[in-house]
Amino acid sequence: MNADLVFDLVLGAGLLWSAAGALLGRDRYGAVILFIVFGLLMTLAWVRLAAPDIALAEAAIGAGLTGALLLDALGGDSAGTAQRGASRWLLLPLAGAIAILLAGALRGLPAPSGELREAVSAALAHSGVSHPVTAVLLNFRGYDTLLEVSVLLAALLGVLGAARDARPARLSAAPLLQAATRVLVPFMLLTAGYLLWAGAHRPGGAFQAAAVLAAGAVLLALVGMLGGWTRPALRTRLAIAAGPAVFLLVAAPSFERTLLLQLPPQHAGRLILLIEAALTLSLGFILAGLFLALLRGDTAGDGQA
Amino acid sequence: MLDVASATLMLLGAGFFLAGTVGLLRFPDIYSRLHALTKADNLGVGCIAVALALQADGLAAGLKLLLVWPLVLLASATVSYAIAERARALGVPLDGGAPDDAP
Amino acid sequence: MSELAAAVALFLLLNLAAALVVVARGPGAADRMLAALLFGTTGVAMLMLSALALAQPPIVDVALVLALLAAIAGIAFVRRSWRTPERTDA
Repeated sequence: MNADLVFDLVLGAGLLWSAAGALLGRDRYGAVILFIVFGLLMTLAWVRLAAPDIALAEAAIGAGLTGALLLDALGGDSAGTAQRGASRWLLLPLAGAIAILLAGALRGLPAPSGELREAVSAALAHSGVSHPVTAVLLNFRGYDTLLEVSVLLAALLGVLGAARDARPARLSAAPLLQAATRVLVPFMLLTAGYLLWAGAHRPGGAFQAAAVLAAGAVLLALVGMLGGWTRPALRTRLAIAAGPAVFLLVAAPSFERTLLLQLPPQHAGRLILLIEAALTLSLGFILAGLFLALLRGDTAGDGQA
Repeated sequence: MLDVASATLMLLGAGFFLAGTVGLLRFPDIYSRLHALTKADNLGVGCIAVALALQADGLAAGLKLLLVWPLVLLASATVSYAIAERARALGVPLDGGAPDDAP
Repeated sequence: MSELAAAVALFLLLNLAAALVVVARGPGAADRMLAALLFGTTGVAMLMLSALALAQPPIVDVALVLALLAAIAGIAFVRRSWRTPERTDA
């Protein structure tokens, strides 16, 4: 019984506890807090599973985005009573059914043989990057990434359709928080740029960089330095469209061939960087928009720090 | 020699985190709990960051570790202030006393 | 040294298990948020230690991102969710 095993057991127990609390807890506020805790524990779990790329994404999205989004929703007047009804127990059989499906799918998979890793390593030299995860995401399985970005774009369009207020919401200014923000946000920009650049040779990439950018926008909005969205301006729309557009443009030459998104090896590195830069911009706007488009104005009782 | 320093700092940092957690559990009101929390944030993370920086491969890796410390300091100080001020404004009582309305 | 780092990381995780009690029970709304913030800071320390224990330097990047963004949830709580002194379920 060594330290690693104990660590994993305690971590697993913590994950189960916080997940159960977030799903089934009666107190809505407690559920949100437990969900945030769950996100942090998941970051540790990804690290233990030797997946630092996913850990980066989980840290950025869990800490910066979903926590703020849920807490903002919690304070709204339309939150109604903060106790959830007995219907929440329906989530238990639902979650159980999904768990059983996933377990069944997992058992049906062939045993991991390392063939996939060898295949990726063999082709890595022609992919234009030296980090296998980026090579798979942006080159070997680039089509999947293109579709995933489209899904996020569709989500934003849905959110924009649901936003109701005609006037843009802007929170009251908070002097001390703004001072701290003026220091933190430049660091976030720097970190986002670093993650984008690092994606070529170590864990990082467009998605993680975009999540950090979006978190910066959320912070600016929370301290009253950035207003919410109602009808995004043309520049914003262009920025949002830039990522998928660049991706499609790069993919276009391969449409007449049988294999989509086959990047020519001599240009692959530069093309991947181009796509990732455009995606960082677009995804940053999209993820930020998911928060900013739903930002409600200050109501009586909100903190005026 | 470097290893001894790192090990000492790591254990010291762990001690500060323990103090923070115990403070969170045992202190009577939000204000003193904030106080305990910031000790863990500032000194706990600081000791561990320095301990690991001493073990790092090269200057860049060490500096990156040391960069984490001031960021945590800034975030911790800012949020602690914000929470404490809001607590005061809401009239959260000191030391389990009666809630007062005048901040 | 990496064994010590792993041991300290485990110690910090056990600290978090204790803090989880405050998240679930905690006498007030802010106390539960405080416990969640402790999770964030302890998580940063655990990630830095894991980078050494697992000999994977990129994990320090995860610690950096977490440290940078941890304040956001706390600020969101203070400015948007905290409406009554004891609980936010009123």
